[in-house]
This record gives sequence, structure tokens and C-alpha cells, in this order.
Amino acid sequence: MLNWFIQASYFVVAVVFILGLKAMSSPVTARKGIIWAGWAMVAATLVTLQTPGMQNYGLMIVAIVTGGAVAWWSGKSVKMTDMPQMVAIYNGMGGGAAAAIAALEFARGEVHGTVAATLAVLGALIGSVAFSGSCIAFAKLQGIMKNAFRLPAQNQVNIGLAALAVLLGLGIIASDSPASVLVVLFFIVSLALGVVLTSPIGGADMPVVISLLNAFTGLAVGFEGFVLGNPALIVAGIVVGASGTLLTQLMAKAMNRPITNVIFTPITGAAAGGGGEEIEGTMKEFSALDAASVMRYASKVIIVPGYGMAVAGAQHKVWEMAQLLEEGGVEVVFAIHPVAGRMPGHMNVLLAEAGVPYDKIFDLEEINADFAQADVALVIGANDVVNPVARTDKSSPIYGMPILNVDMAQNVIVVKRGKGAGYSGIENALFYKDNCRMLYGSAQQAIGEVIAHVKALEV
Amino acid sequence: MEGFAAIYIFMLAAFTGYEVISRVPVILHTPLMSGSNFVHGVVLVGAMVVLGHADPEDPVQLAIGFVAVFLGAANAAGGYVVTERMLAMFKGGNKKEGGA
Repeated sequence: MLNWFIQASYFVVAVVFILGLKAMSSPVTARKGIIWAGWAMVAATLVTLQTPGMQNYGLMIVAIVTGGAVAWWSGKSVKMTDMPQMVAIYNGMGGGAAAAIAALEFARGEVHGTVAATLAVLGALIGSVAFSGSCIAFAKLQGIMKNAFRLPAQNQVNIGLAALAVLLGLGIIASDSPASVLVVLFFIVSLALGVVLTSPIGGADMPVVISLLNAFTGLAVGFEGFVLGNPALIVAGIVVGASGTLLTQLMAKAMNRPITNVIFTPITGAAAGGGGEEIEGTMKEFSALDAASVMRYASKVIIVPGYGMAVAGAQHKVWEMAQLLEEGGVEVVFAIHPVAGRMPGHMNVLLAEAGVPYDKIFDLEEINADFAQADVALVIGANDVVNPVARTDKSSPIYGMPILNVDMAQNVIVVKRGKGAGYSGIENALFYKDNCRMLYGSAQQAIGEVIAHVKALEV
Repeated sequence: MEGFAAIYIFMLAAFTGYEVISRVPVILHTPLMSGSNFVHGVVLVGAMVVLGHADPEDPVQLAIGFVAVFLGAANAAGGYVVTERMLAMFKGGNKKEGGA
């Protein structure tokens, strides 16, 4: 009877999870969806405590309380700009948990039969890769690990390690009670594989990688669900695995970077340095006063925010400036590239934080034709997503990536801290164009000065 | 579990995931990624079950089980908090209902 109640509860929980994810298809219902899912998670946890024959409750409660509290506190205190690395690290923890479940099942000698052993091994492999890969992704986004780190024979090492992990896995599956040396070695190789796969990947590709690792964790959880015979894990894990895969594809498509390219030929500074046409022209500097007057007397301004704006925390200032211009009769809209920020949609979250209404925010496809009619395109801390070489230079690593056509606007103003190349290390041809002017300074300070000048012009 | 029943569940869940996500607008992709991240935090439940059945006399089993539950709980709690915080920012477009 108790068992029936537990199974029925898991069923309800799985249904609520799916409905919760479905509610995320609209900003109006999204928050309610996650709150339902949150209660479902609490219910699942409480019900699981009732499972017959369980022991070690003291240890279990300590683990739940400490793990939950640390994550709750860090999630509450993290800045919105640092959100992507938090998503990455929490995801890695899920993958680690799935791998640890498999490890414990092996340690207990509870995995019997080829099917169960195969699923346990697969979950352990994918979970371990997701765990160590996410830790690397976190370290990179957090700035702990500065450079892309590429081995001399990177792809061969990747394939070699993957093959070794599979071989060790097959060894585990073949023996009914695998030797602990074999199991430990298998986990070490799997974890190393995650590190080696993700460490050469540059910042520009990070969104795709985080999404892929998220899908991995989902799959790992699903596989371990099969091993434990727990339908809640199976359904939630596989649903996330499938949705994460789709999301990864969408993102890779938005960057015109097939997933295999992301993993096997990452964009790095070194790759960007070789080949490529020489860019002609010079960068022309602009003062905040000039920028203010050009925008004040424009009829249409399109703002293109990038990660540079986000790290400077300038989204509030930018929105203040936009409102000021609108009061003066200027039409102001925001154009967002699908991979602006460090995750797709990250920029929308940051603008929402500043209070920009979403009817002023447009996607690449919606707005790209409008740049030709705009008097000013104001690029704030964005780089690669506005680089016209993506259209023109076949040798460029970003060739073919859809970009925002800011160079079509009458005037382009670029707010940038210095003359260096962008996050991907690729030189930007836009900055040398005749209609482009550079406004040097941090987004916070530069936009602050523009606001002051716009106000002065009102008098 | 029966082999074929498992494959059916796998396939249906995969289709469900695909369908649910394909209608989500780009502006919600980050919260969605984070939200799905929270959903696989249900791994906590599996971790609790394995720790609950670990041998109380075996420190290795207890340690692995503890790590599993700790990581699972962190995945669930962190995923929830971060997603909820992001979605709270989108309420601006819903003023009629909120009244604030």
C-alpha cells in the first residue's frame, strides 16, 4: 500500500514537472510553472523519505540540508550577469549525483544483468563527463581559467579517452561483480574525458556547451532512473535530455556552428589569427557629446546590447538613456542577437531586470531589415555578433554566422573599453567602416556622460 | 523493468521533451535551460534511495551516498532559486494582473 502511494506520487510529480516546463513557453505563466515544479520536488523528497527499508537517515538529512543550503544561498546572492556559470555548476552537480548513484550501485554489487549494467555504465559515463565538463565551464565563465587550453593532438586525445572509457565500461558490463580497480579507473577516465573535451572550448561557444552538458545530465539521470526502477527519474531525465538536445541544436544553428565544430574545432584566438583579410581604414573616435547629439536628433535609434554592457552593469543606465531619447521623440528599440550574453536569452533577462518592456526588444530576424532605415545603431559592448566579416570573409572562423546588420545603419556608434578584439579574439571589420565611430570607455561611464549631454540638449 | 516497456517510456519522454521545448520563445531560453536543469534535480530522489540502502557499516558506501545526496540537493535547490529569480524579472510585462 505504501509502495503504491509512493509510485502514485512519483507519477503526479512527473506530470507536474512536464506541465511546469510547458508553462515556460510564455513569460506570463513561466514563474507559476517553476513554483509548481518546486513544490513537486519537495513532495518527491518527502515521499522518498517514506520508502520502506531505508536507513542512514541522519546522514541523508545532513546531506540534503547542507547541499540545499549552500546552493540556495549561492543562487540567491549571485549577480544576474554571473547566472550562466551558476547554471553550469548546478548542472554539473546533477551529473555528479547521477554518476555517484551508479558508483554506489556498483559498490553495493547491486547491478545485475547486461541491460542494467549497460544503462548504469552509460549514465555513469555521461554523468561524469557532465560533472567535470561543467566544472570547467564554470571556471572559464567565472574567469578562474583564463585561456582555452588545447593539447597538441586534441582530437586524438578526445577519441582515445572516449574509447578507453567505453572499453573499461564494457569490462564492467561483462563481469557480474566488477573489480573495484576497474570501476575506479572507469570513473577517473570518464572525469578526465569531460575536462579534456571542454577545456579547449572558447567563450563564444560556451552557451552551446552548457546546454549540451545540461542535456547530458538529463540523460544520465534518466539512465540511472532505469537502473533504480524509478519512473520519476526516467521521465524527468529523458524529458530534459531531449529538450536540452533541441535547445543545443537551436543555439548551434543561431551561431551557424554545427555541434561537431564546437567540440572538434573550437574558435580560439590562435585559430582566428591565421588567415583572414587585412582590414583597411582606421578607427575614428567620437565624444560623448557628439554621440548624444547624433542620437537626440535622430528619428530612429537601435540599441545593440552585448555582454560588455552586462558586465559593466549598465543596463539600467542604458534604459534611462532610451527613455530620455523617447521623451524627445526618438524611436528607440533594442536588437538582441540569439547568443548575446553568455547564454541564449541571457540578454533578455538582463534587460528585463532593468525594466525594459519586451515589446521594445526584437530578435535578429525581426529587426535585421530595419537597420537600413535607422539613423543610429548604438552597439554597447557587443563584438562578434555585429562583425560583418561573418558575411564577407570565408576564411574567418565566424563566417556564415548570422549577425545583426548594424553596418547598414546611417551611423554606427560603438561603446567599447579599448581597441582590443572581442571575446573570440577575432578582429572586427565594423570598427574600421566609414560610418562607424568609437566611443571609448566602460558602458557605465560612457552612457552616463551621454545621458548628461542629452539632458543638456533639452534646454 | 521490462526491456520494451523501458524503450517505450524513453521514446515517449523524449518526444514530450522535444514538443514542450519547441514552443518556447528565445527570450525565455535562459530561464528554460535553468528550469530544465532544476527538473533533473529530481536525481536527488534516486540519490536518497541509494544512500538509504547503503551498508551503514561501510564508510566507502556512505561517503559515495553522501556525495550523491549532497550534489542532488544542490542541483535541485540551486536550479530552483536561479530559475525563479530570473523569471521574477519578467513580471514587468504582466502589470495588469500584478497591479503593482
